[in-house]
Amino acid sequence: MSLPGLIRAGVIVFLVGMLELLCRTGVIPSITAIPPSAMAEALFGILASGKFTQDITVTLRNVSIAIACAMVAGIALGTALQSLPAVRRIFDPLFATYYAVPMYAFYPLLIVVLGLGDLPQIAIGFLLAVVAVLLNTLNGLDRVPRVLLKTAQVHRLGPVRTALKVRLPFAAPYIFTGFKLAVAYSFIGVIGAEFITSNRGIGYEIAFAYNNFDNRVMYPMILLVLVVVISVNMSLHHWEKRLLERRRR
Amino acid sequence: MHVSLRGVTRLYPARAGQPELHALGPVDLELAQGELFAVVGPSGCGKSTLLDVMAGLARPSTGECSFEGRRVDGEVPDGIGVVFQEDASFPWLTVRDNIAFGLRQARAPDDDIRSKTRYALEFMGLKDFANAYPAQLSGGMRQRVCIARTLVLKPRLILLDEPFGALDQQTRLLMGDELLRLWRETGATILLITHAIDEATMLADRVGVMSARPGRFLDTMETHWPKHRDSTVVSSEAFGRLTGRIWTRLRAESLRALGHQQAGA
Repeated sequence: MSLPGLIRAGVIVFLVGMLELLCRTGVIPSITAIPPSAMAEALFGILASGKFTQDITVTLRNVSIAIACAMVAGIALGTALQSLPAVRRIFDPLFATYYAVPMYAFYPLLIVVLGLGDLPQIAIGFLLAVVAVLLNTLNGLDRVPRVLLKTAQVHRLGPVRTALKVRLPFAAPYIFTGFKLAVAYSFIGVIGAEFITSNRGIGYEIAFAYNNFDNRVMYPMILLVLVVVISVNMSLHHWEKRLLERRRR
Repeated sequence: MHVSLRGVTRLYPARAGQPELHALGPVDLELAQGELFAVVGPSGCGKSTLLDVMAGLARPSTGECSFEGRRVDGEVPDGIGVVFQEDASFPWLTVRDNIAFGLRQARAPDDDIRSKTRYALEFMGLKDFANAYPAQLSGGMRQRVCIARTLVLKPRLILLDEPFGALDQQTRLLMGDELLRLWRETGATILLITHAIDEATMLADRVGVMSARPGRFLDTMETHWPKHRDSTVVSSEAFGRLTGRIWTRLRAESLRALGHQQAGA
């Protein structure tokens, strides 16, 4: 492991150890937090008992749907907009201010329109993620060197094949950045939405436990979210590094 | 005639405070089947514009360009290959897949793709790098990949836009030898655009000297080299005489082009 990596691991171990110590000695009362070892232990118990298995699958499924929809729509819209500069000029200012809009404010509207099922949660995750994919797709497509487009012309590729065989492959690393953001935003969107109004999902269970002062459920479930998001992100990071290594000039 | 241009000009319309730009012509040019024709000219004289028009990448503003008796107009005809000065290899594909790109797009049968790609890898000395990505190769090697990618399609006309411009002198001489070998082997007509007078003289059957912008042909001279030649012609007496003649023709134009650039800067 590299030196920064060692220091990072050390800092994490130290902080977790401090929290453990403070909880065990009663400096932090158990009504506020439980020791990390107890969180891990309780999490194993919850996973083994299968009590929340359905909530966990629902949340992960909804997040996956939100990510998939955001990727497909973001890449398709980005590719279309890039080939229509006039339309793009109309919408550009909207994209710039998009993330200033608090998406959760639309939650009541989404429930009215989409009903009480999983759709409002998926919609929030999708809405948060799609523009990140779109903007990164545009960014990547804008950087395709002219000479590669000329090469496509010389090979007599039409506009659609040029997009599929030259423009999008060139933009892939940028779209990957969009994908990483889409993963993060979809988790935020779906779990956040479950907090507000929903009757199942990880977010719902955390909120329910919180309202009942049930720290032995709330903290393990938060830990679960952390573990899932961090491991997904680390594997994406690893994959991205391998992708970029070949292409570095 | 394999390729013929008659009265070709290219104007870039005025826009955003820029006056209209007369980049090229009028140009008349005829290339015989299997000829190696080199174009030299001062920088910014419209050499690349000439290539774009001949390839069908740009429309002539006036005049007409034809390839094998068919008019070239805003679309690249079948049978034309182009190698650009800039690195045009696809960074996400291995050397092998780069070379096979055109064949795949033309939906050639798999065995055909495999055998042609293998041959091109061997011919261009890229066999040991078949699975490498362009990022792992030097500039010269990447240019070979681009040449190989053009070569496998068996173009009948190959347009080369300063393909060795970014390479060092020795690599350029060797690449020149390879170009001659490739030309003899394929029997293609070649148009080579270059700013290097020695390169033009060494490689071409005929050298066209272009004026400063708007580019026109001032002179065309024949080198009378034998078909089987290589870079050692640079030591011949005729080589010195020819390069001398080209430079005499080009000197005034280069000065004019330099003046333009300084006035523009």
